[in-house]
Amino acid sequence: MSAGDLHRLSASEGAAAVRAGEVTAEALVEASLARVADDRWGSFLATAADAARERARAIDALPAEEKPPLAGVPIAIKDALSTRDLTTTSGSRILEGFRPVYTATCVARLEEAGAIVVGKTNMDEFAMGSSTENSAYQVTRNPWDTDRVPGGSSGGSATAVAAHQVPWSLGSDTGGSIRQPASLCGIVGAKPTYGAVSRYGLIAFASSLDQVGPLSRTVADAALLTAHMMGHDPMDSTSLHWPGEPIGTPDATDLRGVRVGVVRELMGEGIEPGVLAATEESIRLARELGAEIVDISLPNTEHGLSTYYLIAPAECSANLARFDGIRYGQRVPDGQDLLDHYERTRGAGFGPEVKRRIMLGTFALASGYYDAYYLRAQKMRTLMLRDFQAAFARADVLLSPTSPTIAFPLGERTADPLAMYLSDVGTIPVSLAGLPAVSIPCGLSEGMPVGLQLAGPAFSEHRLFDLAHALERAIGFATTPPEAS
Amino acid sequence: MSTATSAWEAVIGLEIHVQLATRTKMFCGCELSFGDEPNSHTCPVCLGHPGALPVVNAEAVRLAIITGHALGCEIAERSEFSRKNYFYPDLPKAYQISQYDQPVCLGGHVSVLTADGEVSVGITRAHLEEDAAKLVHGGDGGRRAGASDSGVDFNRGGTPLLEIVGEPDLRSSADAAAFLRQLRATLRRLGVSDCNMEEGSMRADANVSVRAVGTSELGTKTELKNMNSFRFLERGIEAEIARQIALLEAGGAVVQETLHYDPESGEIHSLRSKEEAHDYRYFPEPDLVPVVPDREWVEGLRAGLPELPADLRRRWQSELGIGYEDAEVLSESAELGAYFEAVAAQADPKAAANWIRGELRAQLREVGQEPWESRVTPGHLVELLGLLGDRTLSSPLAKEVLAEVIVSGAAPAAVVQEKGLGQISDEGELVALVAKLFEDNPGQAEELRGGKDKLVGFFVGQAMKATQGRADPARVGELVREQAGL
Amino acid sequence: MIDDQTVRHVARLARLRLEPDEQARMQTELSVILDHVAAIQDLDLDDVPPTTHVQEMLNVLRPDEPRPSLPVEEALREAPAVIDGRFGVPRFE
Ligand SMILES: [Mg+2]
Ligand SMILES: [Zn+2]
Repeated sequence: MSAGDLHRLSASEGAAAVRAGEVTAEALVEASLARVADDRWGSFLATAADAARERARAIDALPAEEKPPLAGVPIAIKDALSTRDLTTTSGSRILEGFRPVYTATCVARLEEAGAIVVGKTNMDEFAMGSSTENSAYQVTRNPWDTDRVPGGSSGGSATAVAAHQVPWSLGSDTGGSIRQPASLCGIVGAKPTYGAVSRYGLIAFASSLDQVGPLSRTVADAALLTAHMMGHDPMDSTSLHWPGEPIGTPDATDLRGVRVGVVRELMGEGIEPGVLAATEESIRLARELGAEIVDISLPNTEHGLSTYYLIAPAECSANLARFDGIRYGQRVPDGQDLLDHYERTRGAGFGPEVKRRIMLGTFALASGYYDAYYLRAQKMRTLMLRDFQAAFARADVLLSPTSPTIAFPLGERTADPLAMYLSDVGTIPVSLAGLPAVSIPCGLSEGMPVGLQLAGPAFSEHRLFDLAHALERAIGFATTPPEAS
Repeated sequence: MSTATSAWEAVIGLEIHVQLATRTKMFCGCELSFGDEPNSHTCPVCLGHPGALPVVNAEAVRLAIITGHALGCEIAERSEFSRKNYFYPDLPKAYQISQYDQPVCLGGHVSVLTADGEVSVGITRAHLEEDAAKLVHGGDGGRRAGASDSGVDFNRGGTPLLEIVGEPDLRSSADAAAFLRQLRATLRRLGVSDCNMEEGSMRADANVSVRAVGTSELGTKTELKNMNSFRFLERGIEAEIARQIALLEAGGAVVQETLHYDPESGEIHSLRSKEEAHDYRYFPEPDLVPVVPDREWVEGLRAGLPELPADLRRRWQSELGIGYEDAEVLSESAELGAYFEAVAAQADPKAAANWIRGELRAQLREVGQEPWESRVTPGHLVELLGLLGDRTLSSPLAKEVLAEVIVSGAAPAAVVQEKGLGQISDEGELVALVAKLFEDNPGQAEELRGGKDKLVGFFVGQAMKATQGRADPARVGELVREQAGL
Repeated sequence: MIDDQTVRHVARLARLRLEPDEQARMQTELSVILDHVAAIQDLDLDDVPPTTHVQEMLNVLRPDEPRPSLPVEEALREAPAVIDGRFGVPRFE
């Protein structure tokens, strides 16, 4: 393996090479840092070059048998995750320069396993958005076409992987924020079952929906990363003592005996023809691999967006109330009084989309509106859960396009919030039900990647990754965008 | 008070916040503290750092449940936490994690012993929540308005609180205070809280309204905030009742508002700010899961309750014949109650109560001790009361002996013997003494014989002086009268 | 759909200062979104229980055991203003 090609290694390959002594962690990290330094895509908000080099050398100093499982593999972390002493802004002006005093549990577990954090990635402010254009700091560009968005909110984490700056990264997914950018950037992205990965240290957007998950270039890497960070965390009351099968290395080569449900509501109106075509091709491949294709209806899908845009903003209106310029973060000085201090600090610190969601959520919870808005949305959530229960009685996995469209041009939807929200129509129902889902690239449309979403019942990650792996092999997607070669 | 006899009746309900006696905070592992360096007991959770999450303290749940049992509440099959949203610098997340529609304890009642008998007070609910931090106002003397700057110390922030909401069943400030004192004694007995009002570990708000006697409709209520002593609670409620009556009698109307009683001026101020009315936007806390306590465990906690202060008081008042006030004071703490019971088992209970409440506690206060931790054992006190009873000791002498026992821990009888303090039991000695006093004070003796009764006291006093208190004053009085021929 | 006064009230509750043009835009955008979500207003949901947590977890409790707190310097290090070891707050009223 020549030094010039190290960035092409998958995470699994890189870890194996370091552990076998074929390559040093330092070389692996340097290869990554070189591409991080040349950040044409605007993936990174902060880098941790010195700390990364130091950690790499420490791993290289270990005897072979003591090298940890993810020894020396570089990783990029979405800026929504708290990293001790490393600037963490969640893409917001209000946290400009903020250096956390603690590290998120999932990041700490990966570091413990030998992964090396090289930097923090750009994102829509507080994870609110589907294009990363709501970042307060910079534009992030799709490596497949730099005039297009990378998707969001984990846009920086997606481009960092697609552009081979790192083999994998962490994102967070509330309504599609891992799967949709993975889809738009032609990589793999997974949202685990709600509660699988600790949220301790994930800057909350909507607590009952937020999940940390992997972005990578292979399903095997996504499975490996998930396996290393999941499991109960005493610091997160909603983190699960995993009741499912442990996540192993995916190795399925066919789909014999698997009932693949195709979600009717996500295969018609509002879906671009090119996206539909790629999805149909994947269905054909699944049948070829031995799957039984089942027609599935999720009748409440049409209300998913409404439900989501009441619950998530309501939770965010409380979660973002702590940003008041008193204990940390930016403040607008010289407030005339306390009220003025709060209103100026928050008025200047938050961008338009964040303000919109806070307003929407505050309204949905306000006296006189709660029953008509928030409570109804929670009831709708029950109906969506029932839809999935019925579906999984007839299918083992549900298939649909991840995003209704390919990556759209920068600026196209910024003036129309509702059009932006429609990007997540396929990912939101899964989020509301707290289910695991993987997006894998399944082809190109107009030269841009199309993503395929596979969703399973709660705790079915092991099987889900296995099935995704079989399809990934059959699809044979070339994961390198022209810009990154 | 005067209001009781007027045409108006007061309706009072109390809401009490108590800090629970846990080691750590409600939702994080920071240790509870008082008076430590500011912000030395904080962490990402209780500072509301981005990404930090709460985890419920199991001990706080246990303490809430045993309190619920003691207050006759139903312990909820399922309770949940909610977020109460409002902005204030002492509230780091800008929401307080509290309980809203599913509190841990529901619908209880207590029978409060008052000076005029028992009053039944309903308990609406009791719920768990977290305390706010401490705001210190700088600038000009700590007053809020006009202070040039303020600072927040988060050491107290996140302390577990139990909020106990009482029904508006109280009709006087004295009954309100009796209810609160009984609650304090109960919570102390349970080890739930130290209920120190000065340090803020017990805080009471009162909802007060008045109505014409004989009507059942409730008047408009006001809320008196944070009275930090029993005295201020009583006075504050009195002042508010008087204010409302005056207002109504002048043809005015009571406005529903939050008020503050200033104990120094005796005045009541409105706490209304220019901010709009609160809308707390309660919603279920997504970061915490429901608490569904095991029923067997819950029942076990009920079975394990100690005898509560009110039950003790009823038993003492009926079986031992001691008075209302004695019983209330002696039941304030488990230790004091046990001490009293040990003495009362072998001595006259009324005398025991009297001495423990009075002389014993007064003398011990000087040396900063409580009876049960002093060198005066219950046995010592029984012995001392015995010496008083058989007139070996006069009351002043008994106090002297007690002082010695406090210092040395010696038995009272031994002290009496060693110091020669026993009362003069030899009748002849006293007869001779009186004769000698008549001789030494011929003028007074003459007047006494002439019928000036007041002078008996003079001669008794002289006798006590001459014997350094060892004479029995009652017997000396008798002898003086005899010898004067009265 | 949502009036000017409501927008003002909600902004106050949320402690968000909105400049006049922001205020107007907010009113329009919120109205569009609320129009969209209005679809769920017409559904009969009387017999449907609300879902707060997708996973039915219960009794996640922590033993009452102390964990180390932050050093004071760390607790205060990100504060925009510190007064005598306390977090500085702008003057009141
Ligand atoms: Mg309260
Ligand atoms: Zn803490």
